[in-house]
Amino acid sequence: MVPTLAGRIQTRLALLAVIGGVVTLIIVPVLPVPASVSLGDTYRNALLILAAVMVLGVGWEFVYHFLMQWRWEKDWPTLFGLVTLVPEGLLVWLVMRAGIIPGMTGTVPAPAFCLQFLAVWIVVWLVANGPMRVPFIRWRFRGGRLA
Amino acid sequence: MLPAARRGGELTDELLQSGLWTDDMLERAGIEISDVPLVSVGGGIGSFVTADYLRIAGVAPDQIAVLSNIDFAWQTYEYLTGVSQIPRGERIRSDSASRPDNIWGFPSYGLAEAVHTRSLRPLWQLLVEPVGDDYYTPRAGQVFASLERESSRIGYPQMVIKGQVRMVRRRHGGGYFTILTQMPGAAQPRRMAYRSQYVHLAVGYPGLKFLPELQEFRTGYSDFHHVVSAYEDHEHVYQRARSRRTVILVRGGGIVASRVLQRLMDDRKRYGLETEIVHLFRTYVSGSHGPHAWSRRKGGDGFAYQGFNYPKSVWGGQLKVRMRRLEGEDRAAAYKQMGGTNTPYRRSWQEQMRTGRTDGWYRTMSGTVEQMMLDDGMVVSRVATRTGTIDVAADFVIDCTGLEADIAEHRVLADLLEHSGAARNPLGRLDVERSFEVRGAASGDGVLYASGSATLGGYFPGVDTFLGLQIAAQEITDDLARRGFCRRIGPVRSTTQWLRWVLGRQP
Repeated sequence: MVPTLAGRIQTRLALLAVIGGVVTLIIVPVLPVPASVSLGDTYRNALLILAAVMVLGVGWEFVYHFLMQWRWEKDWPTLFGLVTLVPEGLLVWLVMRAGIIPGMTGTVPAPAFCLQFLAVWIVVWLVANGPMRVPFIRWRFRGGRLA
Repeated sequence: MLPAARRGGELTDELLQSGLWTDDMLERAGIEISDVPLVSVGGGIGSFVTADYLRIAGVAPDQIAVLSNIDFAWQTYEYLTGVSQIPRGERIRSDSASRPDNIWGFPSYGLAEAVHTRSLRPLWQLLVEPVGDDYYTPRAGQVFASLERESSRIGYPQMVIKGQVRMVRRRHGGGYFTILTQMPGAAQPRRMAYRSQYVHLAVGYPGLKFLPELQEFRTGYSDFHHVVSAYEDHEHVYQRARSRRTVILVRGGGIVASRVLQRLMDDRKRYGLETEIVHLFRTYVSGSHGPHAWSRRKGGDGFAYQGFNYPKSVWGGQLKVRMRRLEGEDRAAAYKQMGGTNTPYRRSWQEQMRTGRTDGWYRTMSGTVEQMMLDDGMVVSRVATRTGTIDVAADFVIDCTGLEADIAEHRVLADLLEHSGAARNPLGRLDVERSFEVRGAASGDGVLYASGSATLGGYFPGVDTFLGLQIAAQEITDDLARRGFCRRIGPVRSTTQWLRWVLGRQP
């Protein structure tokens, strides 16, 4: 899928909410957090992190769209969709450590954060690069727009 | 004397001159009428992907008649790729997810190849393309094999009726008549009229056009041996190069020129030949080019480099959105800006050309040919360059310029322009709506659609590509669903149909 700005934002929000949500629900019980932290609090924190990826991600999409303008093809190679996990993950981590994400309980250990973030990112990236086209046959011809 | 209907009918003056036919007119002419809801004219990949979409949208095979002069949908494509030096084992210039046998593009060709060959190499290439490696592209043989499978799955051969389509005319009361001459060339050709509410035209390239000096040479000397088109069989050139030292002038800077160069250079290496190649560009591209930093294409050594026929965003990104909004001259200007001959940057080709330049057997030049003469068995091309006129002598000239003829060179399209209300778009080809309905050619509740090369210049630029034909097929299917002819393919239908595709079951 070669994205437009609207398509980027819609695809990100839809995939993170649905696929990211499912991955988070599955992975939370196995995240390496201290035994003193309840499962409810871990779920709460994990879902807030996911929400932060979505909110900050809308801003990132403007950056990517701007960078894409220097490309003749106006495309966004598959690899870019994967490696952008590095700056995005770092930003969410820093924002979280700075206490900017509202509603977080306690602190999330780095391994737990990394595991959740990587699992969500990779599954979403894989779905966007293939299976997404199965139910949504017009999606790739509309720059990733779903609405 | 036999009645007209038994003889096969005649195209009477009344029929030839009238833009609107009645059922009675055909009866008077003795032309038998056959009813079918939708006719697709052409029978190549364009007809195939449209029939595929319609079958997946719930249309039964007996509701579609594909009128065609070829035996299977990829026959012309296979011929053209073959002569332009892409045998089955070579890779075509098409994206991994552009699968004419699979409307979802999933699994992509790359994923399918990885599974089939149990190799991670295609997946790695898909991961790093185009930055860390060339674009992944499928082998021609893989494309043909998968088309064959899908053709049989959807019952495509049962939809095909062989013959030569002569014309499509509007019918009084709505719909169209499509005249098909069965068994062309027979002493008593049999004409049939297909009466349908919908017609889809996918007749392909109207024909090849040669540069004037090439045409003059070929007709003047009646010589089709020394000056050949890369789109025609020219195997004798490669055979001759294997028997003795041969100088070949290659003209053009597109994908076909790259293919021909690859074949010449592969043969040179494989058989230890002494082939010399002179490569003539009309427009020599020496580096990145474009009006501003946000519109600059890479280039070098004569070529403009681009992965596929169009910038990738034409098939679904911002360029597609932009083109869809443009009209008239603005659209023509946008086509010009993104157009121009180009070829992909492939590492293996770069290596071959580098070796050729270093060793002196591959030379490039820039200019236009003023005249071509035959002199002592050699073709002499008089080339006007910036620094003066130079005579280039070669044993053979391979023309890879690939100019396309005007749409009016195609009999069906010419008839349509003259009699059925169709008009030309800003690039001079068939004017279609965003839904690929031919503007001005509606007939009552009937609709005429067109896709493929004939519609280049419309709201969607990538028409003459696998994915472009599928985009057109999707637009046409959606339009037909709105009109109640088929079902709209929503997420549930799409998913269940995809599962049927995976299992090889009929739609």
